[in-house]
Amino acid sequence: MSIDKNTVKKVARLARIRISDDEVDVLSGELSKILAMIGQLNEVKTDGVEPMTSVIEMQMPEREDKVTDGGIPEKILANAPEQTAGFFVVPKVVE
Amino acid sequence: MKNLTSLTIKEALAGLKKKDFSAVDLTEAHIKATEAARHLNCYILETFDIARKQAAASDARYAKGEARLLDGIPIAMKDLFCTEGVQTTAASNILKGFKPPYESTVSGNMFRDGAVMLGKANLDEFAMGSANITSAYGNVINPWKRKSDDKPLVPGGSSGGSAAAVAARIAMGATGTDTGGSIRQPASFCGISGIKPTYGRCSRFGIVAFASSLDQAGPFARSAEDCALLLQSMAGYDSKDSTSVNCPVPDYASTIAQGVKGLKVGVPKEYRIDGTNPEILKLWERGVEMLKDAGAEIVDVSLPYTKYALQTYYVIAPAECSSNLARYDGVRFGQRVEGDNLIDTYEKTRAAGFGKEVKRRILIGTYVLSAGYYDAYYNKARRVRKLIWQDFIEAYKKCDLLLTPTAPTAAFAIGENMQDPVTMYLNDVFTIPASMAGMPGMSVPVGLSADGLPLGLQLLGKPFDEATIFRAAQAIEKAANFTALPQLAQARAA
Repeated sequence: MSIDKNTVKKVARLARIRISDDEVDVLSGELSKILAMIGQLNEVKTDGVEPMTSVIEMQMPEREDKVTDGGIPEKILANAPEQTAGFFVVPKVVE
Repeated sequence: MKNLTSLTIKEALAGLKKKDFSAVDLTEAHIKATEAARHLNCYILETFDIARKQAAASDARYAKGEARLLDGIPIAMKDLFCTEGVQTTAASNILKGFKPPYESTVSGNMFRDGAVMLGKANLDEFAMGSANITSAYGNVINPWKRKSDDKPLVPGGSSGGSAAAVAARIAMGATGTDTGGSIRQPASFCGISGIKPTYGRCSRFGIVAFASSLDQAGPFARSAEDCALLLQSMAGYDSKDSTSVNCPVPDYASTIAQGVKGLKVGVPKEYRIDGTNPEILKLWERGVEMLKDAGAEIVDVSLPYTKYALQTYYVIAPAECSSNLARYDGVRFGQRVEGDNLIDTYEKTRAAGFGKEVKRRILIGTYVLSAGYYDAYYNKARRVRKLIWQDFIEAYKKCDLLLTPTAPTAAFAIGENMQDPVTMYLNDVFTIPASMAGMPGMSVPVGLSADGLPLGLQLLGKPFDEATIFRAAQAIEKAANFTALPQLAQARAA
């Protein structure tokens, strides 16, 4: 199993990472090597084995559905690259 | 009086209590040592002002007789722990300048107990790496040098800055995180002790996430006892982490000296993999002898799925990484590169902000989770993970602990093992299985290689039984009597 250049480009688009044509070549080789290693898992018989979600057998804790935090917009926005009037600013999304 | 930077934490606490020296003295000695060791690049950010304030507050508590568990002890904080108002970067450009508006639970616990923070320690970017060569803030240099040449060596990774700082005697202890070996392997490379506790023992709240089903915080120190003290402070239930386990943290110090008499120690044959350095195998045999001499019973065990752990890890960890790192979009925090539209902004921001290894892992993760491959890769890996976990559960029916090598080699030079990503990944072949199963594991320094570099052995324990690991670690420590110092610390001691 190998990852061809088109697949690299497709996956990079899904991951929202811009990659150059030079990078596509390198990544195609590197990712194929990693995938070849991962491919060895196919040797393992896993019929009837449930996929593991957590190493600790516990019930996910639940709490009452009520607000426990908030009212700190200045803290939330403090690290924003751009903000105005209590909002995060992004490039125009709707034409 | 002994040089203050060569004390253990336990010795320092005793000295502080007796007023042999003050917390300010202790912190100033470590600041001075840190300034003289800046070429190691252990810190992304030095926080000496904070350290001095914390040390003064410690002294005030000592004066009032109200000293806490770690009062006045100078430590390095891996720059993966969010510290309120103090830059936290995860060694990534994408988080440059990020000042968390909250404190991670683990760092908060340590400050509650009086720890003094010298700085935010360097690491592999987002904790992805085994040599601390993926940091956007430069490589960390191991304070140890090999006999055969003068090349700078890697400290291991991902918690490379933490391990190097403790080994260089510029911090008394440090925090690390371990996803596939990021505490244990650098501890081995730097000749110190480090423990990854059971998954769920320490809260992950406020730790920059890499692979959430694997990430665990743990300490580095220069003795098993010091590691136990630090873990005592770091561990505990936290309602802010839904995978934190509500199970009491025993008083590790009260049982650590009990020895290993009557304990059963398993030696798993699958860790004797082809091509393992004979030096490592010899060290392992020595470790077995040490525990046997101390009264432990040695039993052969088998963990047949060990050889698939690395492959399983490189599906699960990248998959979780690709989901966790989706949050770095240049909108709410971190760096942004402006684009023509929102998608363009995302793509440019992430292209500029992430380093090569992080991108590789995000892409692999995105691939194994994408339509058509999810079952073939991701679900397959989760099934194999279950089998790896069952291996441990079965083995622990026959023994209390497992003893294995920590890493397949000693520290290597920057530039070595870098032919391709897979070669680098093999560094974690002995540490990853326990990570996949959530089991606690600790690396203890045991001896030097022929080339003069430290080598560690790994103790693995039952879930939430770190106490037994500490007992065995101390038994090995006593038998191994590892007193070698890195060249840099030798010069200071002279």
